[in-house]
Amino acid sequence: MSRKLEIIVLAIILIFAAQFIHMSSTTDAEYGGADGEAEGVINEITGGTYKPIAEPIWEPPSGEIESLLFGLQAAIGAGILGYFFGYYRAKKTYENELGYKGKSKSEGDRPSLEGDRHSL
Amino acid sequence: MHIMEGFLDTPWWQLWFAVSIPAILYGIYKMNKLVKEKREILPLLAVAGAFIFVLSSLKLPSINGSCSHPTGTGIAAIIFGPAISAVLGTIVLLYQALFLAHGGLTTLGANVFSMGIIGPLVAYLIYKAGMKANLNFYAVVFLATAFGDWATYLITSAELALAYPAGDVLTLGGFLSSFEKFALIFAVTQAPLAIIEGAVSALLFKYVVNVKSDILVEMKVIEASVVRKLRGIPA
Repeated sequence: MSRKLEIIVLAIILIFAAQFIHMSSTTDAEYGGADGEAEGVINEITGGTYKPIAEPIWEPPSGEIESLLFGLQAAIGAGILGYFFGYYRAKKTYENELGYKGKSKSEGDRPSLEGDRHSL
Repeated sequence: MHIMEGFLDTPWWQLWFAVSIPAILYGIYKMNKLVKEKREILPLLAVAGAFIFVLSSLKLPSINGSCSHPTGTGIAAIIFGPAISAVLGTIVLLYQALFLAHGGLTTLGANVFSMGIIGPLVAYLIYKAGMKANLNFYAVVFLATAFGDWATYLITSAELALAYPAGDVLTLGGFLSSFEKFALIFAVTQAPLAIIEGAVSALLFKYVVNVKSDILVEMKVIEASVVRKLRGIPA
């Protein structure tokens, strides 16, 4: 299987990572959240008069707890991704093995989409 | 792209709920129908949802010294269409509003509109147009998901500019002046992140095509001839 796409994606990520490392060590960029900056613009436009009409019903008590919950969100998602890709992959391998058993060689070489899976 | 809790005044927060709720309900209806007809798509639905979970939790540094996060909704939009993506996006936004004080319940309608509806819609349309034009499949996925991500942040800027026009009265000039300010933050911060999102989405699609292309063909996401070409098998 060709790894071309993997290399392109890795290169894109590395370019941005290198840019980040360079900029964070040469400038004093804050890397604050864009959402928070938007709040600053709102204050600027309204002259600081705007009072939010509602408060969050619950806020993470500290930055630590917040990163815990963000980490949890990523972990849940990554777990599900890994589980199903593993499930599909194993299923495909297993089905192909079974498929080979009762079949004659000519059937296995069928140039259809189903047949093509054997060659992977 | 989250508009924070309480930061949209009446009538804006109600308006965005009024727009988003029908889309979510239609998405729930479509999702139920799809799952009933084809139970075998459930894992793929979970994968699309999980991808949104992962990507929207990653706050990445951008070239202008701010942080923001990708949306991850492009995959769901391409496979299941914008309506079902709206449902998946709502789940993630609700999690973040309740547990992270990120976004909010009053602004949920506006956030669903940008991240759950317009972003996926843009991704979906670009994908369909690109496939029709016979472009390279992964390039199309890249463009669709990257522009879907970016569109989400443009809509957020527009939502804020509508609620906070310069000069306090909603005129076209006031809207545009505010839109420029918000877009300068969101659209600029987001551009590199959208590129990363597009690249990672294309990669994820490669693996979906590898292990489960039959479902994609069955759902008319991709044609069998394209799958053969991607795998380097002569048709």
